[in-house]
Amino acid sequence: MAELVNLTINGQAIQAEKGALLIEVARQNGIEIPAFCYYEGLTLQAACRMCLVEVEKTPKLQVGCTLPVADGMVVHTESEIVRKARKGTLEFLLTNHPLDCPVCDKGGECELQDMVFRYGAGESRFAERKHHVDEQQWSPVVYFDAPRCILCYRCVRVCNEGMGVGALGVANRGVISEIVPNRHDYLECDECGACIDICPVGALTSGSYRYQTRPWEMTHVGTICTHCGDGCRTTLGVRDDKIVRGNNRDHSGINGEFLCIKGRYAFDFVEHPERLQSPMLRNAQGEFEPISWSKAFATIAGQFEIVKDRGGKFGIIGSNHTTNEENYFLQKFARQGLGTKNIDHHRTGDLATFFDALSGKNGALATTADLYTAKAVLVVGADLAQQHPFLSYQARANFRHHAAHIYTVTSGPVREDNQAVASVRVAKGGELGGVESLREKLKVEGDLVIVFGDSIQGDGVRKLVAFGDSLGIPVKYVCLVDYSNSRGAFDMSLIPRDGGMSWQQMLAAKDLDVLWVVGANPLKNATLASSNAFVVVQDLFMTETAKRANLVLPAASAYEKNGTVTNVCGEVQKLKQAVKVMGTKTDLEIMGSIAKEMNLNLGIWLPDKVFAEIRRTVHGYDVPLPVVDTGGAAPTVPLNGRVPALPGAIQSAGDTLFTSGSMSRYSKILNAVIESPGGLYGSKGPEVSAQSPTASGQTPGGTVQS
Amino acid sequence: MPKKLYNDPSPLETRILSKRFGLDNSETLATYLANDGFKAFRKAREMKPEEIIEEVKTSALRGRGGAGFPTGLKWSFVPRSSPKPKYIVINADESEPGTCKDRLLMEYDPHQMIEGILIAGLALDAHKGYLYIRGEYRYLIDHMDRAIAEAYAQGYLGKNILGTGFDFDLYTHSGAGAYECGEETALLDSLEGKRGIPRMKPPFPAVAGAWASPTLLNNVETFSAIPAIIRDGGAAFAALGTPKNGGTRLLCVSGHVNKPGVYEVPLGYPMLKFIEEIAGGIPGGKKLKAVIPGGSSCPILKANECDIPMDYDSLAKIGSMLGSGGMVVMDETTDMVKVALRIMRFYAHESCGWCIPCREGTTWLRKILQRFDDGGGRSEDVGLLGELSKNMLGRTFCALGDAAAMPTISIVEKFAEDFEKRLARDRQMVAV
Repeated sequence: MAELVNLTINGQAIQAEKGALLIEVARQNGIEIPAFCYYEGLTLQAACRMCLVEVEKTPKLQVGCTLPVADGMVVHTESEIVRKARKGTLEFLLTNHPLDCPVCDKGGECELQDMVFRYGAGESRFAERKHHVDEQQWSPVVYFDAPRCILCYRCVRVCNEGMGVGALGVANRGVISEIVPNRHDYLECDECGACIDICPVGALTSGSYRYQTRPWEMTHVGTICTHCGDGCRTTLGVRDDKIVRGNNRDHSGINGEFLCIKGRYAFDFVEHPERLQSPMLRNAQGEFEPISWSKAFATIAGQFEIVKDRGGKFGIIGSNHTTNEENYFLQKFARQGLGTKNIDHHRTGDLATFFDALSGKNGALATTADLYTAKAVLVVGADLAQQHPFLSYQARANFRHHAAHIYTVTSGPVREDNQAVASVRVAKGGELGGVESLREKLKVEGDLVIVFGDSIQGDGVRKLVAFGDSLGIPVKYVCLVDYSNSRGAFDMSLIPRDGGMSWQQMLAAKDLDVLWVVGANPLKNATLASSNAFVVVQDLFMTETAKRANLVLPAASAYEKNGTVTNVCGEVQKLKQAVKVMGTKTDLEIMGSIAKEMNLNLGIWLPDKVFAEIRRTVHGYDVPLPVVDTGGAAPTVPLNGRVPALPGAIQSAGDTLFTSGSMSRYSKILNAVIESPGGLYGSKGPEVSAQSPTASGQTPGGTVQS
Repeated sequence: MPKKLYNDPSPLETRILSKRFGLDNSETLATYLANDGFKAFRKAREMKPEEIIEEVKTSALRGRGGAGFPTGLKWSFVPRSSPKPKYIVINADESEPGTCKDRLLMEYDPHQMIEGILIAGLALDAHKGYLYIRGEYRYLIDHMDRAIAEAYAQGYLGKNILGTGFDFDLYTHSGAGAYECGEETALLDSLEGKRGIPRMKPPFPAVAGAWASPTLLNNVETFSAIPAIIRDGGAAFAALGTPKNGGTRLLCVSGHVNKPGVYEVPLGYPMLKFIEEIAGGIPGGKKLKAVIPGGSSCPILKANECDIPMDYDSLAKIGSMLGSGGMVVMDETTDMVKVALRIMRFYAHESCGWCIPCREGTTWLRKILQRFDDGGGRSEDVGLLGELSKNMLGRTFCALGDAAAMPTISIVEKFAEDFEKRLARDRQMVAV
């Protein structure tokens, strides 16, 4: 039980936990104590001296960000002496800070501006020459302007502690102290941009956002990042119908302020010139010809009806980054509308066996929050920093703040080794042996979260769950899957159950009549056996699969539509449309229009209406609407019963921090980044199971698996 | 084996710590042993640790590095019973402008300091010591390595010292040219291989110092005084000085004096008598104008403030400090504007840069003073200097900001006429 103390701040009687920091107690009670270097979640510094306040019965001003509250303390945060101190400190800070506001990206959202406005002097008494250093570019993403830097060291700490990378340091001393990158004059790092967002002034600015706009000219749209499966909120800044930046400075979403390079910067594929913007039909000469939407729908409907009437074979390959509503509608279209069971998507984790193994257990699914609060975390066969950077961040923060025990069982070095109690190196396929070797250590933990990648499949999943059961402690699991809605694709049944064909089988079927591909690129590394199949592809770009299509439909990306997605931990969150690209339609609208053309009654194809049906009919998705509607994350629970096995191979996409399937090829920023992902901790690439080649990913280094 | 000292000794000195200075081969173990060496250690080995600390408390010895904290009290803060290893760290980062005594103690009598360190080890159950020597004292690092090797060779360091069963290892560690690394927590960070930035207190080094373990940190001269205290008793040492200011100390005097050098006098020795009779008075019969009593961080004294005994409390009473004992004497020809500039150039260069007021404040003050000295002074600058210094005072992360602010405030307030004179002169030069 925490001991409470009574103190007074500005005459207000306050009760707080003994030993809590004064600055936090004040903020919780609506009293602002300004600070630059203090930042929640990072180590304390007391370096900027802005938070000095008056505490009765002490001779000097006290540091608010490190002072623990005590019973009977009487604090004044707005007295004359405190105001004078703040004014003086700001005056010192402005002596070398250049008057760049007119040209500085940070203007309008700058903490120094805000503080000078509130606490500073109207005029400068500084009549000397300022110390100047030229601006530097440290990477495609990061620009550094040393004169603006106020040396709060937030960037150094967030890179070192938060991200576990430590690419920024401090050189020199005194007034010529400077933040420096780890490779002398450039950065080799994750390019996540955390340093830029955490910088209170415009010292660190973003290469992709520079000079594009002022903050008040943007509307901000909070949506879910469309890249990996972690489900981070990215708040997109939109100016004149163009996305100019992404960040999460308002700390909304499950990810707090964490984002990786993809969440922050890789939205630029949206307006790549090669975006498909018109339906296209392959004409008699074999070339693509733009056609109208009505003709497209009529053509497709016509073909589908012919094949359906004669009992032909359909193959439908859905996506792991379309919305739950689209996935639900597609499988309904397939099963009810076309009468086929051949529906699948690129499965990147063995969810079927996972849910089967967990049937009958309650509370065995971990949320992203659980990774931050668990007493112990075991990572099996996964390089989280590459493929699930937010999960990596949570585990690391858990270690930093709660001294959680991290364990890794992987075939190569992973970033979590730095925080691990024990790291076991195994050959690929030998992960379960490595896990077993940790039994004695794990069984004395308070509780455990086990995160595993696609090298644990089939029977391996059952053995892993059995291992967890045998420890005698509470265990929760995360079955890693890739892309923003793999879990949703599974939950909505985009799977070949009841004897349907897997996507590999569809491609191999010589008698396939129709192949309908929505947001997937199966023909990247595979061929379609059936030469007569009518292929319909809905996608953003002319992918390898689209090139084989008879009819290509331009689809909207996740940043251009509404709907919901389910992250790797089963948390469902809402997307919010940020922009619209001319000529595209959402996948849901396309499917709905085809259905209408075929006179099929599959329900209204508006996202809200479809979601309402999902909440009614899909087990585990009866989530509270207010949570989802207000931007929250609602955990779903899977069907608590047996799940039959599915055909077809499962393999992770093998993406890295800088790739994201076919989509990332069209992101300028991802292509501009030169670092080798994972190179900083010796990783040669993400942990991918030794099975048949990936369908939509590349191996790092650019070579395609054959 | 230097016989020639840096300055001739004065007959008025009371030489306790410096009594072996000038002896043949004074730095060798043989000379040390022939002159009361290691008697105190043997005696301390028979005492209880609490008794050793009590003896140091009785001696009223206060830290000789600058802060003047009661040494016995500091020793008692270290939790001897902690399961963590205890460390002794010796601050030989002597960088306070005006100070040059620790170098002499190490050069002429290293084993006296080593014996003091060992006695501290006995008192605190510490078995490892780190001698942090400023990098500029390159020759002294080699010198101390030789002295330490000599001690090891003859069984005065290492395992089972003198067959008493007490182990102690002593290492030298080089600084790299930073005044801030004389600040105890910055020194610890530097010792651990990090940037020399001071740490937040609490936790205090006594509880969590080097490698988060209980650490005793004291100055070279402080440790050098310990053998005499244990050998002859704390009371005898205390009696040499004034109440609560026990013993003798080495004072370094430089500036406008006929006999600059290092002299050992009892605490409480009158300042004017020291300047006249020990330091030989001011050359050319010039008048005394100002005195920096104990290193540039101290508020400066006007000539009419110097008729005082030199101990910690008396100087504190008149608003200054005995500090590190680095006295600088200035006569009537001294331009106090240049003094203020020279002092501020030092602090601006040495500021570690961690906190805003010191980092920006020292540089701003230096720029104002430079412009003033170059002839571009304005009448508002005098007030600005004082006000900016006061904005630094008490607001910085460590005492360097105070050390820069205090002398500046005192010079600007006590010698305002020097600034006025310069303004008048510079205006005359400009007026056409």
